[in-house]
Amino acid sequence: MSRPENVLYDEPGPRARRRALVGTVVAGLLLLGVIGLAVRKLAQEGQFDMELWGPLIDPGNESFRDVWRLLGRGLQATLISAVLAIVLSLVVGTLLGTLRLRLGRWSRMPVVGVIELLRGLPVVITIFFVWQVLPETPINVGPLPGEDGLWYLVIGLTLYNSVIIAEIIRAGVLSLPRGQGEAARAVGMTEGQVMSTVLLPQAFRTMLPALISQLVVVLKDTSLAAVLGLYLETLRRANLIAQNLDNPIQVLTVVGLMFIVINYALSRLAVWTERRVSRSGFRPEAAEAEVTAGA
Amino acid sequence: MDPVLDNLDLYWSGFLRSLGICLWGLVGSLALGTLIAAFRVSPIPSLRWFGTAWVTVIRNCPLTVVLFFFAFGFPELGINRSYYVFGVSALIVYTSPFVCEALRSGINAVSAGQAEAARAIGLTFTQSLGQVVLPQAFRTSIPPLGSVLIAMFKNAAVVGAFGVGQDLFSVGKGLANAQGYDALPVLTGVAVFYLLITLPAGAILALLERKVAIVR
Repeated sequence: MSRPENVLYDEPGPRARRRALVGTVVAGLLLLGVIGLAVRKLAQEGQFDMELWGPLIDPGNESFRDVWRLLGRGLQATLISAVLAIVLSLVVGTLLGTLRLRLGRWSRMPVVGVIELLRGLPVVITIFFVWQVLPETPINVGPLPGEDGLWYLVIGLTLYNSVIIAEIIRAGVLSLPRGQGEAARAVGMTEGQVMSTVLLPQAFRTMLPALISQLVVVLKDTSLAAVLGLYLETLRRANLIAQNLDNPIQVLTVVGLMFIVINYALSRLAVWTERRVSRSGFRPEAAEAEVTAGA
Repeated sequence: MDPVLDNLDLYWSGFLRSLGICLWGLVGSLALGTLIAAFRVSPIPSLRWFGTAWVTVIRNCPLTVVLFFFAFGFPELGINRSYYVFGVSALIVYTSPFVCEALRSGINAVSAGQAEAARAIGLTFTQSLGQVVLPQAFRTSIPPLGSVLIAMFKNAAVVGAFGVGQDLFSVGKGLANAQGYDALPVLTGVAVFYLLITLPAGAILALLERKVAIVR
């Protein structure tokens, strides 16, 4: 017998299939009914009027070019902050992760403390904290390039995501077979060489899908700047447009779609890399199991 | 730490307010997430399709966009509620696909042999579901569900930052901006109170995980 597609129920027989068909029709009608009601409500309130949609979809509309120019700048700002944050997080996270692995039980306590602290704080608080407290310290982000608030957002996001990435890297290194590190040490490499030329490259490869998924999180979190009013990224610009044209539902729909398309593409990329990484024949878990079984 | 000690009552009420957002979010997102998970594994294609669409759309949308949709979109349709209601609803809607996926991963982790064995010894559909498959599925989904819920507790701060008012974030913002206290001690106080929510939650979940973990 072929493996059932779902553990919950068997291959359906004629009666079950009939019931499923009835259920499909009933549920489908119910769903259509709900969607129909929502659409009717939207239509009643005039939310489909060209007056509201025109600036977004009609190239002939007088505001069309301005709206898309602003949204384009917002998207650019979102991408810049997300890329800066993920690159910096990768660097800081790798350092933190290896530090936590390399230090002894007592000396790594401060590192573990910092990691747990930053992981337990909501990222919106971290960003607000950086924004409010950094100007009171001698650290000055003024000379750095970029628009207002960019670096507060980037530093806040980096603080949070670097500890997440540190944990991802640590898990990746720990999942490698012990023989990798032992062999490297046996041929006379220093601890630093073992980490940088043997363990980390392998950990990065197996952790690539998780790192791409983290990029989705960062991309979504850049929009927290809109709640704080810190930086002119996509959502904040969209909000300003919606206030001017008085069409929040339409603008937010477009912005939501932009996020969904980008993030969906990134998650597919993560799944694809995951398949590639595991297909290339090297599975750390499997290797680990073999080693323990052999010993 | 004077600004914190002087305003301890403000912090405490802010803490309770934030805790309230978290608890409403917990109850609501578990209920909605379970419903969507039931849709996604049901034998009825139209419900499965709806569940998949719900998860794909909302999971890829930032919480802030969902929040703005509720707060600025609904009034356009003549639906007016307080920011608190909108904020909590947005939090529930945003968390539901993550809860759904955590539960579904638990169901998928139950090996088909378990259900086949249950049927082979003559258990009915309800018996095999209720006594064999779902108990295992539920226990397996505790760890991912735990991290989803902790992330939700942290997202409650976003709802607060958005302007619900009187929660921990607003207390900190008010003290730092309006009353001119130094930002560092004020916000450190906010951070400590937030850790009072997230760290115990993490500890409770770790305990639960150890209690119900199954060794496969």
